[in-house]
Amino acid sequence: MSGQGASAAEGRPKRRLGRNSVIALPYAWLLLFFLLPFAFVLKISLAEADIAIPPYTALLDWIDNTTVAIQLTFAKYQLLLEDRLYLAAYLNSVKIAAIATGLCLLIGFPIALFIVSRPVHARIFWLAVVMLPFWTSLLLRVYAWVGILQSNGLLNTLLLDLGLIHQPLVLLHTDLAVYIGIVYSYLPFMVLPLYAALEKLDATLLEASADLGARPAVTFATVTLPLALPGVIAGCLLVFVPAVGEFVIPALLGAPDTLMIGRVLWDEFFANRDWPMASAVAIVMLVALVAPVMVFRARETRKADGA
Amino acid sequence: MLRTGRFVSIMAVAGLLFLYIPILLMMVLSFNASRLVSVWGGFSLKWYGELFANDQLLGAAWLSVKVAAVSATLTVVLGTLAGYVLTRFGPFRGRAMMAGMVTAPLVMPEVITGLSLLLLFVAMEDFIGWPQGRSPTTIIIAHATFCMAYVTIIVQSRLAQMDGVLEEAAQDLGARPWRAFVDVTLPMLAPALVSGWLLAFTLSFDDLVIASFVSGPGSSTLPMVIFSKVRLGVSPDVNALATLLIGFVGACVFIYSWRVGRRARQRDA
Repeated sequence: MSGQGASAAEGRPKRRLGRNSVIALPYAWLLLFFLLPFAFVLKISLAEADIAIPPYTALLDWIDNTTVAIQLTFAKYQLLLEDRLYLAAYLNSVKIAAIATGLCLLIGFPIALFIVSRPVHARIFWLAVVMLPFWTSLLLRVYAWVGILQSNGLLNTLLLDLGLIHQPLVLLHTDLAVYIGIVYSYLPFMVLPLYAALEKLDATLLEASADLGARPAVTFATVTLPLALPGVIAGCLLVFVPAVGEFVIPALLGAPDTLMIGRVLWDEFFANRDWPMASAVAIVMLVALVAPVMVFRARETRKADGA
Repeated sequence: MLRTGRFVSIMAVAGLLFLYIPILLMMVLSFNASRLVSVWGGFSLKWYGELFANDQLLGAAWLSVKVAAVSATLTVVLGTLAGYVLTRFGPFRGRAMMAGMVTAPLVMPEVITGLSLLLLFVAMEDFIGWPQGRSPTTIIIAHATFCMAYVTIIVQSRLAQMDGVLEEAAQDLGARPWRAFVDVTLPMLAPALVSGWLLAFTLSFDDLVIASFVSGPGSSTLPMVIFSKVRLGVSPDVNALATLLIGFVGACVFIYSWRVGRRARQRDA
């Protein structure tokens, strides 16, 4: 169908012009506002911080009308390698995001199974129950945990009243609070793709497995889980990727020394006003996080198309 | 229908309680006369009064609504074009690159999107004198760019479900491509465009990180004002704001799901 449209379009110059301008508008927008900015990030990561507006040195210096001095410095990248803080922040972000993704999967899977086991007309209600928090503000939902976890907060008050503890626990501004925040915020992103995968699952396969004598746990491990795998992968990516670069959750719930790479970039930019350093951190994140994920996604899509 | 054991049901209910208890507690606290979280000082609406007397919060909320509405509309136009081009135009030079650029923002950390767009705006101002400083306009451009991916994907999947037969029929009957698009494709796309607009509005309205990078002095959005307040601890008027927001969104979602559910039940019967 599209091939026909294409040949018809080639036949008439006016149509080809129309077709090309329809392509050109979104294309130009993406080139200008998505791709081109990375060139400036790269450029500024090679400059030095300067007390100026904007706060970095120029790469090109006109000495006179004919001579240009190019000043490039890899100082920021050298610092990234030498100062342990940056590597630690990167590894810590990956660790926190990976553990939180695993927890999301553990909590999200029963919810998805539960929704699929409801009658068809009731599923939409349960899906709405899961998705409602997503449609409200992430910032406000993270903030809700501040009141629960702070030292004179609801959880400590409850535990003290029950006599389970005698001194308030330090819960807010800890790594534990960051895990809770990430799992809480991203749970709907895990449940939705799991639900989509499980909904397509043929229930007769599970009955066959049970008829052949498999216990529920065995059926789950050998039939349900493998068939839900595309949903598991999609859900894990949807949680893991934004969690690694997360800023709001560690800033509100984490300790001052909870190192996460998104927060490091933010602080370099807003607190230290070191634009070149923030840019260098961004370039490293692009190479060490975004690029591998994009390659992985492209391979998964190709596999899915091939199957 | 899939059958599940008691264990799964208990786990699922526990998971749903985990999702809702913090929200419900926040709503209850918004009616607490005491400023302290742990002390119930009696029922009171005073935080709502304080909220509606807070010009800074109200101004930021109004700005956020305007930014979200304009950027969502822009996003739907751009996303529809991109989705249509990618599903209906067949191969063209640079198609793979466009497909890549459309979906890449989905895996892009917000801090990188924010920083890169800010650096672009600074450089553009230097070269061509536009945009002059940071303003709501730069926030709108940034939001339209990162929301475009979501709308494009929604439009693409809707277009993939409807095969092109009706559009072809329209063109065979003599409609120009533009007429066929407006009279045939757009009406069929309408539900997808509505959900795309709502999604883009929500993402824009909730965005803190990107807006913080590309907004200028005097254009603080609602999340930016909330963030600077709650950084210092619990703030009861924010509880009141959250209650109003969640109540509104909750009512919309449940009315919608109830209507869809009723339609599904009628179909089943």
